[in-house]
Amino acid sequence: MFSTRRPSDEVCGAPTPAATTVATGRHTREDRLGLPPKRANADDTFAKLLRMHARVRGGRPAFRHKDFGIWQTWTWSQVYDETRALAQGLDAMGLRKGDRIAIVGANRPRLYWAITAAQMLGAVPVPVYADSVADELALVLDHAGAKFIVAQDQEQVDKIFSVAARLPNLAHVVYDEERGLGDYGEARLHSLDAVMAAGREALADPRVAAALDARISAGEGKDPSVIVYTSGTTGRSKGVVLSGERCIAAARDTVAYDNLTDRDEVLAYLPLAWVGDHYLNYAQGFVAGFCMACPESADTAADDLREIGPTFHFAPPRVFEALLTRVMIRMEDASAPKRWLFRHFMAVAKRWGESIANGRKAPWPARLHYALGELLIYGPLKNVLGFTKIRVAYTAGEAIGADLFTFYRSLGLNLKQLYGQTEAFLYVTAQADGAVRADAVGPPAPHVELRIAEDGEVQFKSPGMFVGYFHEPDKTREALTEDGFVKTGDAGFFEPDGQLKIIDRAKDVGRLAGGQMFAPKYIENKLKFFSDIREAVAIGQGRDFVAVLLNIELASVGNWAERNAVGYASYQELAGNPRVAELIAKHVDAVNRALASEPVMAGAQIKRFLILPKELDADDGELTRTQKVRRSFIAERYAPLVEGLYDGSAEAAISAEITYEDGRKGKLVGSSKIVDMPIYPATSGSRAA
Amino acid sequence: MSENQTVAAGEPLLSLQHVSLSFGGVKAISDVSFDIRKGEIRAIIGPNGAGKTSMLNVINGFYQPQLGRILFRGEARRRMRPFEAASQGIARTFQNVALFKGMTTLDNIMTGRNLRMKKSLFWQALRHGPALEEEIAHRRFCEGIIDFLEIEHIRKTPVGALPYGLQKRVELGRALAMEPELLLLDEPMAGMNLEEKEDMSRFIIEANRHLGATIALIEHDIGVVMDLSTRVVVLEYGRKIADDVPDVVKADQKVIDAYLGVAH
Repeated sequence: MFSTRRPSDEVCGAPTPAATTVATGRHTREDRLGLPPKRANADDTFAKLLRMHARVRGGRPAFRHKDFGIWQTWTWSQVYDETRALAQGLDAMGLRKGDRIAIVGANRPRLYWAITAAQMLGAVPVPVYADSVADELALVLDHAGAKFIVAQDQEQVDKIFSVAARLPNLAHVVYDEERGLGDYGEARLHSLDAVMAAGREALADPRVAAALDARISAGEGKDPSVIVYTSGTTGRSKGVVLSGERCIAAARDTVAYDNLTDRDEVLAYLPLAWVGDHYLNYAQGFVAGFCMACPESADTAADDLREIGPTFHFAPPRVFEALLTRVMIRMEDASAPKRWLFRHFMAVAKRWGESIANGRKAPWPARLHYALGELLIYGPLKNVLGFTKIRVAYTAGEAIGADLFTFYRSLGLNLKQLYGQTEAFLYVTAQADGAVRADAVGPPAPHVELRIAEDGEVQFKSPGMFVGYFHEPDKTREALTEDGFVKTGDAGFFEPDGQLKIIDRAKDVGRLAGGQMFAPKYIENKLKFFSDIREAVAIGQGRDFVAVLLNIELASVGNWAERNAVGYASYQELAGNPRVAELIAKHVDAVNRALASEPVMAGAQIKRFLILPKELDADDGELTRTQKVRRSFIAERYAPLVEGLYDGSAEAAISAEITYEDGRKGKLVGSSKIVDMPIYPATSGSRAA
Repeated sequence: MSENQTVAAGEPLLSLQHVSLSFGGVKAISDVSFDIRKGEIRAIIGPNGAGKTSMLNVINGFYQPQLGRILFRGEARRRMRPFEAASQGIARTFQNVALFKGMTTLDNIMTGRNLRMKKSLFWQALRHGPALEEEIAHRRFCEGIIDFLEIEHIRKTPVGALPYGLQKRVELGRALAMEPELLLLDEPMAGMNLEEKEDMSRFIIEANRHLGATIALIEHDIGVVMDLSTRVVVLEYGRKIADDVPDVVKADQKVIDAYLGVAH
């Protein structure tokens, strides 16, 4: 169960995580790649980068878009021409340096060009989430003080004009897709075609063209390049101002880190307004000169992925999970020999895939067996998923289950994790090829300084670091430490091998009565990675030990019950079955063993747990609408059970009148057996395999 | 509304004069006259059994009226079969979706181009040379419709596997593929939810304004009818009881009675 592969301190020299530590980014990697640490004022704006690509690789594809069922392609020199025409047209309409121009819509080449066109003029593009409702849209547009808006289609234009009264700065709205907008009769509304045509006509005059060239050259890297609004899951969204030179410096680092070149290709399907799209696709594309393919529509992205076959890819864990579920369901429907082949070779992949992918030792019969699997199963499967050509894939955003992560890794997909923040222009940490694991997010990205504060908060300084929040200097001050590090608000620690591990939001991390760190979400996630456990609520703040309330997953435990002749009629009956408690205890035990192997977490092992007699439900206020547990609410509602966990009794009963969200009253009656778990001594310096 | 009035004053594309249709002793339509003008959206409404679908069937030649005259583009016609109506530029959709269930969305829409394929079956079967060129041109046109109706994601999906609302949309696509001069829609929004109705309304308006199709539609949702149409003709028991712009029809006592029901 354990492997003491890496005695920590000797190998990495990482100090104990509790102390204030500074792990300075991997300069060694830069040296290895033979890159200069910083290029002196080369191309420090995206407009200059575009001009450079038009000169250096003018004939290479820069953008693709599937339209009318066919992939249309634009080369770098075409894109440069189109973007110049657009910039000139916008200039004639009065877009000036420093003005904000909002971009609202799906991934369309012309919306990306609008971003660059604005940057040519020194105006600041503000990409906005296309799926936000009119009210949210108004908040962002108003806060940004947008003077121009480039909108994709009628849907967006309608939203904008429905809130136009709240946007005093709004001068012009430019739309990409004509349909439905022909007869609006609104003086402020213009078609992108018309704006570009006017610009193109003006540029026929060499003096105008020269003036535009001069403006591109005059663009300064320190000026704001883009304002990206945070998603606002942790409060009102803030406008993060990023400068051109920092954006490009950060992108240069990661392009080198992952060896991206102009032969690479991505499918640009992430929301335009999300920093990840602006970084991974736009910034990296403009630095490396690779091609961005825009899907036909959001609904066709999976098919488009197959057709394009990107070499670099990003998807959040839930997308990978949904894909895996789809594969599994389709395999269940396959014929028996196919199912056998699939199971057989997936077992081989599970055993050897990770070792082979990480370049570790594997005996030659295993390699041969794996190669056969690649021919028969892994290759075709990757082809169906559109993963055949992927050299580098990342996932981030939430914890990813080890099984899920390993599934893709063992197929031979180079899936890695990164940890990022809008304030960092994405990358804070990233896993290197060959040093990838499921439960950590990697060492600091190139040139990123990373440290853990006294209270466990992760703080960083990075090349792409933001300039400040737009129009909110006080918020900017709050987000920075005195010595200029950005506070992430996330708690984490360094693993012995130098990889960062994110535990939880810093404000949710507490301490047990004995002073040991207690991170509820971290423990809950570990439990929820078992398919038998649906929900977990960890309690321990200010208590002597950690106790957990659990929900079993009816589908998988029910399946287990059928196979093991355990009869049940309801969730409550199954949850109360002693054999189910035994089954779950095994999982909890595994979590405890894993926790024991982590020096920081070893003190917060689960001493007692019970299985709740009722499934937690958002309708009853126990979960949020996004399916997150409402810990304090649950602790209150199930107080008698929590009491039982801490007073040493072997069983706790609950009988309480509860008022549901819709005003109905119900009676909650049930009892749960409480299970005691063995606690393991901390096995510092090793980690579970 | 000024635009509506100019359209409503346009030249008639189709006019029905004193049309009567009966099945044995049942009079489905008795002495109905009205016209459909170029460029308008003409609604035919009425309570159940008022003869609306019979009216559409008369227009596209499926039924032959016993009495009366039908003028299409100013020319009188007496007897015409549906495929002749189709080749003259009259397309329709059906109350109950009538698509080729086993074929994909794209193939279904391509069948709408059938009448426009000029190359012989021989060449089409070979799928080479001029027939291939022609198919590419038709495919391009159909892709325009797929884009227009926002059904890219189901391009290659067999129609039978689609939800009802999308099937209706595909059926409209097939009718539009004919580039019809007159498009007959039989309850295009039946059984749809509000969002689907809004989408469909948008497509109908767009087809009318930008693809230039004159549209006659039957619809039960009075709110939709009043919003969409240029003029409305109201039938009851096979007779015409009102024929005017929506605002006037809405206020017509006979129409109110027909819908709310009064003792006869």
